Amino acid sequence: MKKTPLYNLHQKHGAKFVQFAGYEMPIQYETGIVKEHITTRNNSGIFDVSHMGQLFLKGGDELTNDLQKIFPIDLAKISINQSKYSFLMKENGGIYDDLIITKLKDGYMIILNAACKDADLNILKSKIGEKYQINLSDNLSLIAIQGPKAKDVLDSLVPGVTKLKFMNGNQFKYKDLDIYITRSGYTGEDGFEISINNKIVESFVEKLIEKGSSMIGLGARDTLRLEAGLCLYGHDLDENTSPIEANLKWAISKSKINEKFPGSEFIKKQYNEGVSKLRVGIKPETKVIARESTKIFDEKDNEIGKVTSGTFGPSVNGPIAMGYIHNDYSKKNTKIFLEVRGKRVPASICEMPFYKKNYVRDGGDNVRN
Amino acid sequence: MLEMEETMSEIKFSKEHEWITVDGEVATIGITKHATELLGDIVFAELPEKGSNVNKDATAGVVESTKAASDVYTPISGEVVDTNQSIVDDPSKINSDPEGDGWFFKLKIKDPAEMNTLMNRDEYDKFAKESAS
Repeated sequence: MKKTPLYNLHQKHGAKFVQFAGYEMPIQYETGIVKEHITTRNNSGIFDVSHMGQLFLKGGDELTNDLQKIFPIDLAKISINQSKYSFLMKENGGIYDDLIITKLKDGYMIILNAACKDADLNILKSKIGEKYQINLSDNLSLIAIQGPKAKDVLDSLVPGVTKLKFMNGNQFKYKDLDIYITRSGYTGEDGFEISINNKIVESFVEKLIEKGSSMIGLGARDTLRLEAGLCLYGHDLDENTSPIEANLKWAISKSKINEKFPGSEFIKKQYNEGVSKLRVGIKPETKVIARESTKIFDEKDNEIGKVTSGTFGPSVNGPIAMGYIHNDYSKKNTKIFLEVRGKRVPASICEMPFYKKNYVRDGGDNVRN
Repeated sequence: MLEMEETMSEIKFSKEHEWITVDGEVATIGITKHATELLGDIVFAELPEKGSNVNKDATAGVVESTKAASDVYTPISGEVVDTNQSIVDDPSKINSDPEGDGWFFKLKIKDPAEMNTLMNRDEYDKFAKESAS
């Protein structure tokens, strides 16, 4: 089992570990998931996401042109240091992985899911061959700091970060070493993701804690992202679900609809003609929690869908879920029934996010909305 | 007879991590502190119906933490005579006082001999420690 460079620090803070994508990761610390969640919403929280892949591609305009044939986002239109949410697509229109791609001066940085990163590297290599230097970093950690106080805490260590716009990054210095910071996250809060050398990550995180932030585990990361209506790969997204079905149409550039990329024919058809199933938000009417794989029925007992993520939302103070439902039932306020422990629990389709977020926007950039 | 009564008022424990205390012919049942520590923050509780009959080791309720759902079993058989609605309204009580305010339900005991199959505190503590490692 692999460990991140912050393993000892997690232990010091009373982490309970779980195995996640081949890594021993903290699911929670001493205070527990609910308090960690609330701390992130009200103050700030630090997440070790070093298990995620940090992939670097070196190249200029030719690389951009080649990547245009792979990603459903118009990379020619993004500026240096701008980030975009996108997908590594399968030929059937499904998703190998969802990712954040950032344009750098000399190429691209792509943040990948831990469970997919090695496969993603092979897929990319098979598509662009040996033309470009491509490397999945093993000397960098990835830290997120999220919450309304995140900007002040981070700015006290790395002056200037508050100037970053949402989904934009830049190079900064810490202890004479380069660190790369983007204003982004996975909690529905304002925040930053910091790519930092393994050698200094522990002392950096200890400084963030000294400045008033706290360690947050994967448990709260999950309740936070679900309240924010964000997808978790392997649960809400997979190789047999398209971005259109996942209600992530906004992440496909309009200019790419008539272009070729893996799965583009399916995407074009679904984009123009609509889909038969759609990812929706679900609010149970009682306190019962509908977990992943819960079956969804209409009032006439027809099975119409399935829950893909479900939990208790500490900020919503009630159960929340998302799932895929037959398109006829996807309208807001449609009444549905969830089968939990053999009983039918009434619920309704609702808009996401469940919890209103606090992003710093850069003029209408609706990434991860 | 006096010895019997003392035994009956002692707190006992099941392998499914429930505790049980007895007052006359009525038993009070809840989940152990050890169980709450394993579960983490409890955010949902479901109780058996008042008036229903439950059999030893059968499901008699549900608790859910932020992470997962777990069944609550009854350590002995009987008729449900009372349930603790306050933990349905505020499930965090189960975490803060599992052997007190966080009780689940009360049973009219069907067969007092079933109590003999359960562990005392020392036995349970040892069992919990071993099953955790």
